[in-house]
Amino acid sequence: MTRLGAMLAKVNAAALLPELLIVLGVLIGALTLAGGLTFVERRLLALWQDRRGPNRVGPFGLLQVVADTIKLFTKEDWVPPFADKPVFVVAPAIIIVSTLMSFAVIPLAPGIVVADLNVGLLFFLGMSSLAVYSITLGGWSANSKYALLGALRAAGQMVSYEVFMGLSLMGVVAMAGSFNLGAIVQAQRHVWFCIPQCVGLVVFLIAGLAETRRIPFDLPEAEGELVAGFHTEYSGMKFGMFFLGEYVGVALISALTVVLFFGGWSGPILPPIAWFLGKTAVLIGLFILVRAALPRLRYDQLMRLGWKVLLPLSLANVAVTGAVILALGR
Amino acid sequence: MIATVDLTTSIEARLGEAVLATQPTADGVPTVWVAPDRLKETLRLLKEAPEQPYVMLHDLWAIDERDRQHRDGQPPADFTVVYELASPDLGSDLRVKVPLKGHAPSLDTITDLWPSANWYEREAWDLLGIRFIGHPHLRRILMPPWWEGHPLRKEHPARATEMGRFEMPEATQAALSERLAFRPEEWGMERAGEDFDYLFLNFGPHHPGTHGVLRVALQLDGQEIMDLVPDIGYHHRGAEKMAERQTWHTYIPYTDRVDYLGGALNNLPYVMAVEHLAGIEVPERAQVIRIMLCELYRINSHLVFLGTFAQDIGMMSPVFYLFNDRERVLDIAEAITGARMHPGWFRIGGIAQDLPEGWEEMVQGFLSYLPSRLEEYESALLANRIFRARTRGVGAITAREAIEWGATGPLLRACGVAWDLRKQRPYAGYERFDFEVPTGANGDCYDRVVVHVEEMRQSLRIVEQCLRDMPEGAYKADHPLATPPRRERTMQDIETLIHHFLSVSWGTVIPPGEASVCVEATKGHNRYHLISDGNTAPYRVRIRTPSFAHLQLLPRLSRGAMIPDLAAILGSIDYVLADVDR
Repeated sequence: MTRLGAMLAKVNAAALLPELLIVLGVLIGALTLAGGLTFVERRLLALWQDRRGPNRVGPFGLLQVVADTIKLFTKEDWVPPFADKPVFVVAPAIIIVSTLMSFAVIPLAPGIVVADLNVGLLFFLGMSSLAVYSITLGGWSANSKYALLGALRAAGQMVSYEVFMGLSLMGVVAMAGSFNLGAIVQAQRHVWFCIPQCVGLVVFLIAGLAETRRIPFDLPEAEGELVAGFHTEYSGMKFGMFFLGEYVGVALISALTVVLFFGGWSGPILPPIAWFLGKTAVLIGLFILVRAALPRLRYDQLMRLGWKVLLPLSLANVAVTGAVILALGR
Repeated sequence: MIATVDLTTSIEARLGEAVLATQPTADGVPTVWVAPDRLKETLRLLKEAPEQPYVMLHDLWAIDERDRQHRDGQPPADFTVVYELASPDLGSDLRVKVPLKGHAPSLDTITDLWPSANWYEREAWDLLGIRFIGHPHLRRILMPPWWEGHPLRKEHPARATEMGRFEMPEATQAALSERLAFRPEEWGMERAGEDFDYLFLNFGPHHPGTHGVLRVALQLDGQEIMDLVPDIGYHHRGAEKMAERQTWHTYIPYTDRVDYLGGALNNLPYVMAVEHLAGIEVPERAQVIRIMLCELYRINSHLVFLGTFAQDIGMMSPVFYLFNDRERVLDIAEAITGARMHPGWFRIGGIAQDLPEGWEEMVQGFLSYLPSRLEEYESALLANRIFRARTRGVGAITAREAIEWGATGPLLRACGVAWDLRKQRPYAGYERFDFEVPTGANGDCYDRVVVHVEEMRQSLRIVEQCLRDMPEGAYKADHPLATPPRRERTMQDIETLIHHFLSVSWGTVIPPGEASVCVEATKGHNRYHLISDGNTAPYRVRIRTPSFAHLQLLPRLSRGAMIPDLAAILGSIDYVLADVDR
């Protein structure tokens, strides 16, 4: 304790405070956003589906999130007797931790970033690989057939789409010359990467949809076929963590798309943080709209799309980007 | 009737000495009695005849004859097995009856002749205890495996109060649950392949993809379906048994609940069959109103089909749009009949009430509303590339095979067979309407959806013609057996008052005889076969439903497909479990 105290004394408390504020701000911000998204998604879907959505709890139904949270926390937290208990309990935590960790490297505005890593993008890709474990282990440990089928699909789908996700971003990295997300935003001063890297953008968005397991890629859950897929046996807050993890994932992919392709915080007049949040909100809306509009792919179609369309596309994108950069002599 | 006599004679000539007797029926369907030992060759002869073959086994059912009083001219029998044969090319069906003696009757199976006989024979075994020799899996189908007795036999009680007190101690429950477990060996399935085990998955009875309480036991190799066994009966309420203790009139609401999306359309074959027995002519206005209601309910059912089918392949929104549209149909139904899903509104001899004021505006409003919506759904669903990828070539079947399996309705029309009873054998006044019979070509899930959408358009056309040319006149026949008599005819004098009192408190007595009416219901052919023994209640009611025949196709459609395809196929069959189990 004394050594820790001495270490802490050395640290400049005044310099630490804003850092801590940013860390807390991002953590609380991301969780609130994800919680709020559950409500926003339901209201937006309702709007597009000619119905009302949750509008009874509080003004405009805003307190629905609170009601849901109370419900999830007070529900019976049941662990099936046939499940592999330690893994079953740990699995939902992995997805929350790994997606929240990714938020650490996202620059919200100049100077507002939790960890300004020079390998920020790689860190994100690493973390999103970890999220697969959560789904796969969750489905596996439940020891039920539906959960197992969901977990198998999740493993295949997420591992495959990770490949294209990483490849689709290599064009951006090549143009920016850095893995640091702040530097990537800086590199978009003249033109947002969504224009030269339009192919990369499309592949990344599709891979992002697949990574967050949302329609048309919600095969691991597929309620019409697999009941609830990998989280069939989960209840209470353990289910809540998967639920929340999906929304943190949506927010994360949207924020990353903004940083990588839409100039991050840059924009006129309004403060940078407002630009960043505004752009992210539009992309989140796009995610929800896709869910309202499309049917679900079949497993073999999903794999064919990935390996036969997206992989060649992203490889071509990397090759062309590289060639152009070389030709321009940068 | 003269034509029927001719047909019966020609059938008699074709079958020769195998025919024991011919039977006149009120519906005009040629009916011949055949000895049990000659049955199979007779059916084979009829099916494989070079000229006018009866290619479809339309229905197979049985009658407990032991309590029946009026059997004039029929060969003596304790039980009768009835085979209803049909063919899309022929104008008339054929009924073959087989008399059986004794308390444990048995008969040769015809599953090798028609694969669709499988479930029908199991049903006859389950409900009436008729043993079919040579049947591959003769076990109960609607009742649970531990049931004692055969419910449709006359000695089996119909009321719970006639049975012993119901108890289910935990030990019994555990034992019974154990008997429900799926054992692949019983169905001739392997548990393991060469160097791997198959995964057996219980799909249902409580599953979001089965549209109700249906259980499907899947044999899986990875995500591929090797084989499956549908397990039905969870929705069985004994609609046929209930008929035997309801009056002819009070049974009408039970028919609503058979295909619960079909609403008033279910009443039609039943009341028409009663009208055949009683010899009632229905006034023109009542006929057109009936047809209008039927077509509105057909649209209702197809809208639900389209919405839930989209849901089955993972599309989230359409079901909400289509249920909103359906709400408009139900609003009209509510304004006219006072009820929404189960109107119970047709009456013996007509309908319950005349149309309400302002019905024209409501119907007109709907007629101008739906077409543009249908176009929107076509572009959002049918033109969607993922939708096409998920439905084209999935669950495909050829017309020939579909007929072998007894498929009718949109399922058969999607294979390219334009068989629509409203067109081929107009009933209830359909001959006055102008409409087309849409067909598909490939018989896959996609074509089934296309046929459904197009049928809604045709139904709109019919409703429009009803609106334009609604005849004036009475809404119920002035026949002594029309139930209940119209109000104006009950309050005049003591005779009519007593007549009303008797028909309401005891029930109408319908003259003895047999009649069946088959209509083009929302999902295919729906037939009610009524046997009257000159009583206030039917002696036997047989309900032939399209869903029963169609669900039997499930293994054939799904082998080799993946689990997501199963969801699409289940959705595309367009079954209602109450229509399967009755």
